[in-house]
Amino acid sequence: MTFNPLVVFFAAIFTNNMIFSNFLGMCSFIAVSSDIKTSIGLGQAVTFVLAITSPINYLLYYYVLVPFGLEYLRYIVFIVSIAAFVQLVEMIVERSFPSLYHSLGIFLPLITVNCAILGVSLFMTIRNYNLVTSTLYGLGSGLGWMLAIVALAGIKKRMKMDAVPEGLQGPGITLIITGIMALAFIGFSGIVQIS
Amino acid sequence: MEKILTTLLIFSLFTGFLAFLLTLAKKTIGNYGIMKVTINEETEIEMEGGDTLLSGLTEEKIFIPSACGGKGSCGYCKVTVESGGGEILPTEFGYITPEERERGVRLSCQLKVKEPIAISIPEELFNVKEFHPTVTAITDLTPNIKHIFFTFPEGEEIQFKAGQYVQLRAPKYPGNHEEVFRAYSIASSPTEHNQVELIIGLVPDGICSTYVHKHLSVGDKVAITGPYGDFYYQDSAREIIMVAAGTGMAPILSILHQMKAMNSERRTLFYFGARHEEDLFFLERMKEFESDLVSFEFIPSLSKPHNEADWKGQLGRVTTCLQRDLMEPCEREAYLCGSPKMIDSIVEVLIEKGIPEEYIYYDKFS
Repeated sequence: MTFNPLVVFFAAIFTNNMIFSNFLGMCSFIAVSSDIKTSIGLGQAVTFVLAITSPINYLLYYYVLVPFGLEYLRYIVFIVSIAAFVQLVEMIVERSFPSLYHSLGIFLPLITVNCAILGVSLFMTIRNYNLVTSTLYGLGSGLGWMLAIVALAGIKKRMKMDAVPEGLQGPGITLIITGIMALAFIGFSGIVQIS
Repeated sequence: MEKILTTLLIFSLFTGFLAFLLTLAKKTIGNYGIMKVTINEETEIEMEGGDTLLSGLTEEKIFIPSACGGKGSCGYCKVTVESGGGEILPTEFGYITPEERERGVRLSCQLKVKEPIAISIPEELFNVKEFHPTVTAITDLTPNIKHIFFTFPEGEEIQFKAGQYVQLRAPKYPGNHEEVFRAYSIASSPTEHNQVELIIGLVPDGICSTYVHKHLSVGDKVAITGPYGDFYYQDSAREIIMVAAGTGMAPILSILHQMKAMNSERRTLFYFGARHEEDLFFLERMKEFESDLVSFEFIPSLSKPHNEADWKGQLGRVTTCLQRDLMEPCEREAYLCGSPKMIDSIVEVLIEKGIPEEYIYYDKFS
């Protein structure tokens, strides 16, 4: 079965959003969503890393692991390659784009361990995407993740003055909001099929 | 079996390749060449680009005070950046006040030098050197406070003002995995150049004080840098009020040594606060100062003496003694050394008693 890369791209943003349909990358989603500006920065960094690591991991998987019959190694290989390439990208950005480094700088090492990044690499191998589709899937997932965290930061900002029951303050109410947002995103489901 | 070998081989090749790639990247992309640092508009040094400013300065034997060794957790290594250096980093926010930010103050351990940079630092820091003295004596002053003598090797000499401090390096030892520096005021006379004395109290879970109390012994070689600090003896004709508690006596002792060397006749009152009888120390030395200096008086004060009937000195807090003793107005200046809480309460009393704030010198330590 082949997929239209553009359909996969939009599906990754709306119908199969990393956060709302897979609940991946929740840690930083909950922790760094208190300020819109910061969440845009983190969202950009996640998108950036996803767009770079998914083609690299695609090539690694199909040209190194599959020929040697080592598919079972993909978890550890993906994690190591993500970590290494994030380091490399960080160095390049630090050297060539100081202002970008200044806004993304502290987030880049953080998202090495974001499970949404590993999730994308694993999904693309499970769903047998080709190289172009995988890259667009990575980019779309990143944009979807950014959309989700920025939306959450916006909601949290409007709720600052609201009287939240004491036991629910902080992560508690955040998880409830996320659940309601996920329900809203179900409205998109059924439009496209990607797996 | 074959599968295990292929796995090992492929995985080793893969990680080896990544390690190679990253090393290569660090050598090429992360290599910024040699960068020029201009200090106070006159001194120029060169350092490896991409390194932190603190390590570049340390390499050139310019020692900026730093307690954590460059991890960005003490906030001591502040310098003022005049030009270059890029924007302030999120890791510095917690240590730089908004006013300091206006002036361009940065933490030198976080600032990576990637372009020519001009900074200004206090002139005294050029006088700061690294010393490698040997411990020549350790005595117990109280159950928790030790008095330690450090003697410098031939050729090393320290020049300091009475009241300044040095930083002592605590190396790694069993139970401590990091190298740290801690500040201790010099207790000896500034006229002695080949020896310093420090008074070091045991802080529960303190890295450096545990090292000193449990691991340091006579004959050990240590590393200290100094002198630092703007708390020191000021020459004037004003009456002197000194207040200290515990190890805070150290800089006061140094000032008394200096006054003795100068045959000072200034009227001086030294209030020393402690809880119990056993927390008092150097009573003999204070008697000597009382006879050597024409108008010096040592006033120890206990807040909770075990035996109230036998205790002949002052009772209660130092602040109450000050309230009582500073009745008649007089031109005074004050030297305080102790915990921030103690200093804040004493500064309040002294201001109330009419001592201008600029004549109250203090050294806060926690």
